[in-house]
Amino acid sequence: MNYGITVAAILTLAIYSFLYKDNPFYKAAEHILLGVSVGYFVAVTVSTTLIPKLFIPIFSEGKLSYIIPGILGMVMFLRFSKKLSPYSRIPLSIIIGVGAGVSIPAMMQAQIIAQMKATMLPINSLSNIIIIVAVLSVLIYFYFSQPHKGAIGVGAKIGIYFLMIFFGSTFGYTVMARISLLIGRLQFLLGDWLGFID
Amino acid sequence: MHRKLPLLICFALGTFMLVQFFVPHKASTALYEAILDWVQIIYAFSLLVGAMMLIKHHAVIASGRDAKERPFSILILMGITVMLVAGLFFGRGEGTVFHWLFQNVQAPMQATMFSLLSFFVASAAYRGFRARNSQAIFLLVAAIIVMLGRIPVGEIISSYIPKAADWILNVPSMAARRGIYIGIALGTIATSLRVILGIERTYLGGK
Repeated sequence: MNYGITVAAILTLAIYSFLYKDNPFYKAAEHILLGVSVGYFVAVTVSTTLIPKLFIPIFSEGKLSYIIPGILGMVMFLRFSKKLSPYSRIPLSIIIGVGAGVSIPAMMQAQIIAQMKATMLPINSLSNIIIIVAVLSVLIYFYFSQPHKGAIGVGAKIGIYFLMIFFGSTFGYTVMARISLLIGRLQFLLGDWLGFID
Repeated sequence: MHRKLPLLICFALGTFMLVQFFVPHKASTALYEAILDWVQIIYAFSLLVGAMMLIKHHAVIASGRDAKERPFSILILMGITVMLVAGLFFGRGEGTVFHWLFQNVQAPMQATMFSLLSFFVASAAYRGFRARNSQAIFLLVAAIIVMLGRIPVGEIISSYIPKAADWILNVPSMAARRGIYIGIALGTIATSLRVILGIERTYLGGK
């Protein structure tokens, strides 16, 4: 007997019991998932980041400069002390500052320039014309420094229609993804666990 | 001092990381990569702080008098402990306890949680998908065509439905998404500049 399949099936049914109403079985499964997920991420973070990037460089390779990020990381734990918690802002400001500095050129390159480049299409097909009109009209819609009146108002209104198509198609795509997951779980329960289907 | 020093560090590092992009010198690139390495380490510690806060919160409940909530907090603490001990001391490869727990507890439960949302999405669609005006009709038609285009029934009804679904996803929907992405990028750049210049300082907490 495969105990793993039985455990997975019982936990799956416990989560689906929420469709009836909130109950202790669902709450238990929900809390197990939270605990296991946190344990998973901590174990993976320690083994893939802290051990190879901090402990091995310091203790095996003798790179003592890595003690500095180690100490800064430990300073984060001062959050738990009422008196010393302001010092935990120092490592936080390093993460925020570096993140902000890195994101400006990254966003400029990966989003703005790349997206604009992809929109500069030859006007030789209906699809290309629609793409150009849609990008421009959606950008006009998000331009709030001018009131949406006159030509800007018309552009913004066209933008709303394209946004509606985007929201509708994204919704449809998400629904289908969720339903395929549901089919997968039902196949698991009826096939792998109970053996009713192949 | 408690607020000025973090703001100064944020400004100095943010400016350096921004300017470095335009200075492809060997020394500056080496420093840039070293800082990125260091930030990864500090970031890993911040995840540990988050986990510690969760453990602290549930340890208080587990040792408290609320008999209704106590068993659930104990379950969370057990889940964290078992997964941590298994992952850190007994390996993470195939055939290990960690791998077994991931395959038979975490992965199926995550998939089930996401699949559960299909019921709520369907109920939300029933309540929200009313063709009240022309904009709502566009949303409704796009959603129906994309949903039908992804299943065999769509192909049976008409061979044009899957093609129409692909066209909607690749042309108007993709173009609107492109506009949104450009907007997000401009917003991110504006917020990053505010953070570097110390105008946006909510991450420091307090008033």
